[in-house]
Amino acid sequence: MKHVFDKLFESRVWRSIFRHGLPTSNRTRAEAVFYNFFLHVHPTKVRKRSIRYTYTWGLGGLSVGLFIVLTVTGALLMLYYRPSVQQAYWDMKDLQFVVSSGQFLRNMHRWAAHAMVAVVFLHMLRVFYTSSYRPPKEFNWVIGVFLLVITVLLSYTGYLLPWDQLSFWGISVGTNMVRAMPCGFGEKISFLLLGGNIVGENALIRFYVLHCFIIPVVAMVLMGIHFWRVRKDGGV
Amino acid sequence: MNGEKNFQMEQSSDAKKVPKRVAFIKGRTVARVKKEDEEMVMTVPNLVVKEVIAFEMMIVVLTIISLVFNAPLEWIANPEHTPNPAKAPWYFLGLQELLHYFPPVVAGVILPTLAVIALIVIPYFRINLKREGLWKEDRKQTLVVLIATVGSVSVVLIFFEVYAMLVPTLVMTAFVLAPYFSKKEHGIVGWLGLRPLSWWIMTWFVINVVVLTAIGTLFRGPEWTWTWPWQEIY
Repeated sequence: MKHVFDKLFESRVWRSIFRHGLPTSNRTRAEAVFYNFFLHVHPTKVRKRSIRYTYTWGLGGLSVGLFIVLTVTGALLMLYYRPSVQQAYWDMKDLQFVVSSGQFLRNMHRWAAHAMVAVVFLHMLRVFYTSSYRPPKEFNWVIGVFLLVITVLLSYTGYLLPWDQLSFWGISVGTNMVRAMPCGFGEKISFLLLGGNIVGENALIRFYVLHCFIIPVVAMVLMGIHFWRVRKDGGV
Repeated sequence: MNGEKNFQMEQSSDAKKVPKRVAFIKGRTVARVKKEDEEMVMTVPNLVVKEVIAFEMMIVVLTIISLVFNAPLEWIANPEHTPNPAKAPWYFLGLQELLHYFPPVVAGVILPTLAVIALIVIPYFRINLKREGLWKEDRKQTLVVLIATVGSVSVVLIFFEVYAMLVPTLVMTAFVLAPYFSKKEHGIVGWLGLRPLSWWIMTWFVINVVVLTAIGTLFRGPEWTWTWPWQEIY
């Protein structure tokens, strides 16, 4: 058996995909990182101190993990959900009672979304209390603050989609707060968000597009910059 | 080192040349590295294994939670029937709680905007670059400024009857003052004495966010009146 695997790992096809052997020496361990698209965000060596669980609590990594979980469950939910006032709520009911594991899928998306808001906030606290915003990482902190705001907006735009009493009035309370902005700005921004003066059909489709496309794309671009800068400034 | 430059710098346009750093040690000092280089480990497997473990633990916890607790789904949206109280998602309930005390433009616009701006400027703010404890410098002056600041904030909070922020503010002020009155260098008081101003401001902010969000989420019933979590709302 071992012989078969050895042959496989040395075959031309395997070597064309992974350009190095098994990570048995420090050389191949380093190659495993910088020849791999997904791992190359990391340096080949890291400080022992900075990968302790009790130093970072893994909060930044968990935020990414939750984002991945939310993308996967969200994409699956999109298969069963139609963003219209006529259908949205009944699609939720179908997810609950008709779709296999539909309730589980929705639970996972819901709880992961709440968890992500909390985890991103905690990640910010960790970075503050370990003074990790000091030069040269000042601007990465700023990007992080934007990412926190983006996370809250992602969660909030998703809140309307089930179209039940909870979501309808949750969004009404929020957009009424926006209306309080002075000089007529509030009215204009609230009109832009809702596509009208009340939370209705237009608001639902706008929140759907914001939630499933626009804000995730912005989040991914900012995340890319965030990780790239962490790496450039000597982090993991 | 007495600070004066006694070396020469050269510029070179030869890209192939690898720059070298040379240190001259004058006098009869022994060259010694003060801080040892930090211990480095290979990313594979040390970091990657930790990441995989953390991710898998997260999936396990999320799965268990999702199997046990169902996401809420109330009756279909009805613009004619306003629930009492109508609540935003939990992460906005701190703001909604503020809305109970302050005019909408203050609670809904000015305070959140100020909070975000304050977070953004943290790394650019000079006091943050100093690691020294709050009481390290002129103690008398610090005391006067502290009492003036806490006093004026308290007056505003009392005027708007925001006791949910007043109580944490005053309790925290007691902790800020502890190292002023006690000269202990060790223990909790000594540790508090080493905290810089930025640490106190951030901690004050976080405590208020947590307290206001908790009150808005758990202790507010019809007409936004104080309701215990175990009281029947409907």
